[in-house]
Amino acid sequence: MKHNGVWILAEQNGGIVQRISHELITRGRKLADKLGCDLTAMILGSQIGNDGLQGLLDRGADRVIAMQAPQLEFFLIEPYAKCMMKLLEDYRPEILIAGATTTGRTLLPYVAVKVHTGLTADCTVLDIEDETGNLLQTRPAIGGNILATIKTPNHRPQMATVRPRSTQPATVIEQNRAGEIIRLDAPPELLTSKIKRTGFTPLEDSHNIEDADVVVAVGRGIKKADNLPVVQKLADSLDAALGASRDVIDRGWMSYPHQIGLSGKTVTPKLYVGVGVSGAIQHLAGMQTAENIVVINNDPDAQLFRVADIGIVGDLFEIVPVLTQKINERKKP
Amino acid sequence: MRIIVPIKQVPETSAVRMDEKTGTMIRDGVEAIVNPLDLYAIEAALLLKASQPEGQCEVIAVSMGPPKAQSAIREAMSMGFDSGVLLSDKKFAGADTWATSYVLAAAIKKLGDVDLIICGERATDGDTGQVGPGIAAWLDLPVGSYVGKIDGLTDGRINVQRLLEDGHEGLEVQLPAVLTVVKEVADPRLPTLRGKQRARKAELTTWNADDLNLPDENLGLNGSPTRVVKIFRPSVTRECEKLIATDDQSINTAADRVLEFLQERELV
Ligand SMILES: Cc1cc2nc3c(=O)[nH]c(=O)nc-3n(C[C@H](O)[C@H](O)[C@H](O)COP(=O)(O)OP(=O)(O)OC[C@H]3O[C@@H](n4cnc5c(N)ncnc54)[C@H](O)[C@@H]3O)c2cc1C
Ligand SMILES: Nc1ncnc2c1ncn2[C@@H]1O[C@H](COP(=O)(O)O)[C@@H](O)[C@H]1O
Repeated sequence: MKHNGVWILAEQNGGIVQRISHELITRGRKLADKLGCDLTAMILGSQIGNDGLQGLLDRGADRVIAMQAPQLEFFLIEPYAKCMMKLLEDYRPEILIAGATTTGRTLLPYVAVKVHTGLTADCTVLDIEDETGNLLQTRPAIGGNILATIKTPNHRPQMATVRPRSTQPATVIEQNRAGEIIRLDAPPELLTSKIKRTGFTPLEDSHNIEDADVVVAVGRGIKKADNLPVVQKLADSLDAALGASRDVIDRGWMSYPHQIGLSGKTVTPKLYVGVGVSGAIQHLAGMQTAENIVVINNDPDAQLFRVADIGIVGDLFEIVPVLTQKINERKKP
Repeated sequence: MRIIVPIKQVPETSAVRMDEKTGTMIRDGVEAIVNPLDLYAIEAALLLKASQPEGQCEVIAVSMGPPKAQSAIREAMSMGFDSGVLLSDKKFAGADTWATSYVLAAAIKKLGDVDLIICGERATDGDTGQVGPGIAAWLDLPVGSYVGKIDGLTDGRINVQRLLEDGHEGLEVQLPAVLTVVKEVADPRLPTLRGKQRARKAELTTWNADDLNLPDENLGLNGSPTRVVKIFRPSVTRECEKLIATDDQSINTAADRVLEFLQERELV
């Protein structure tokens, strides 16, 4: 049987389909359209709500395959890998894309070895090669200094992970859009595990720059932690989450969950404002996909201006308070 | 018990300079170091060893790389590792994560009687984080990834905390197993002077493809399912409207213009 179709690995948490699944539909739909084939979302879990599965169709999937068992409630490598391999064997997709989440980054490399195929991590761009129909996978390498395009010419499925938030989630095209939902009970013999989940403690710092529509990022230009309130006030005026460059994190001025970039988080907000951030290539890797970018920096040649829509060249300590005040005034009824 | 830590020698990336024209890395003068994230795996293994009765636990480093990667193994030994194996063969060159985990798994199998394999989260050069789970797949072992804390080791089981996107997940993993660890797991120690002396004199084992009995078609570039087809410099696309703000008046004008921009785009 020939390999056919583009697949994404949708993820659930407590039976609820997660946002990464919708981001993957954006990616997968584009590839499926270019290849002229169907887009299938596979999902593993215990009891997955129907709304979530229909939501995958509504956003552009042509088919949803949900494999369920109580043992699949949480990600455990062995049952997840065996169930995924069973589906890959039964349906033989040509391409499989997953999120570069802690689940995707563990499951896919394990499965890629088992099924003997290639896997490219953390892709930023996925495309189809015109002549061959091969998947072209572009990812940053060597600390983000270069981009490499990689393909898997002779093995199937071609597998890739993409970073969460590196693209917008697919929106609903049509409520109750037509498509197939296949629910399968996972074969019991695939569900044994040498790992037992013993508990879960949620993170206290619920502040999430990835979820924010507006992110204000602060860089070393702020000079010391005591100066953070200057930028915090700007963030407040914009209802923004406060992020930072690695230099700020390394100096201990803010905590790691706030770091934006290659070795931190990727953000794709509607608005990113960079204050005293130089725009090193590793920082750009985490924010370049923001819809609108505003920069304040006293160095007219700072790299960050090159990705910005609008920027002010000048001293942040003079500019930020004025801008903050103007935004607050404009908000007054 | 026996713990193996696969370590990779990488260029010191924070010092990497790029040839702007060709988009290739200027390797001259770039120091080769132990992948910084592997130091946490090394430390985690040393702590586990210390938690076992004297003489009950052996820690071994393995590295696949060119002959000079033996200095990475010596560094692990200077921190307290018992021994190390260098996997070196021209045939291994150009391996992707499939072909790398294949060779490492074969070496681990040859060492035998292994209870635990601890990998770094990712290597700073390839930056994939795929080799650890790959080794687990080759050896049919369970893998606990993103481990930020090791709680304890009892009765052929290890209890760990994984650091996930939204919290810490506790796992009880049956040995033998593979772990990949993140920075939170331990604070790497510095090599001691005595350790360095011992490491310098130590005899290292070196294995090539024949020693491991591996067929050519699975090795290096040949055995790698992925191919790099193009390498290029990231390009930057937007046109920036730059406003110069040097005195009160120009600051005022610039701030007004930014506010106007935010309103145009319906952001305030
Ligand atoms: C492997 C690797 C991974 C990395 N990962 C990341 C990552 O994930 N995220 C990340 O951010 N970095 C990362 N880095 C580091 C990155 O290379 C840069 O060092 C870092 O982003 C610089 O931070 P910065 O812009 O705050 O500091 P700087 O580069 O020092 O820039 C400070 C800026 O502030 C401006 N400034 C100073 N004073 C003022 C003032 N009064 N008013 C206005 N502007 C002012 C300056 O002109 C300058 O442009 C990584 C590096 C490596 C090697
Ligand atoms: N050539 C290698 N030799 C030994 N260990 C390696 C090698 N490549 C990767 N590893 C191990 O696998 C981990 C993940 O590497 P990577 O998948 O390349 O990001 C590293 O932190 C090492 O523990």
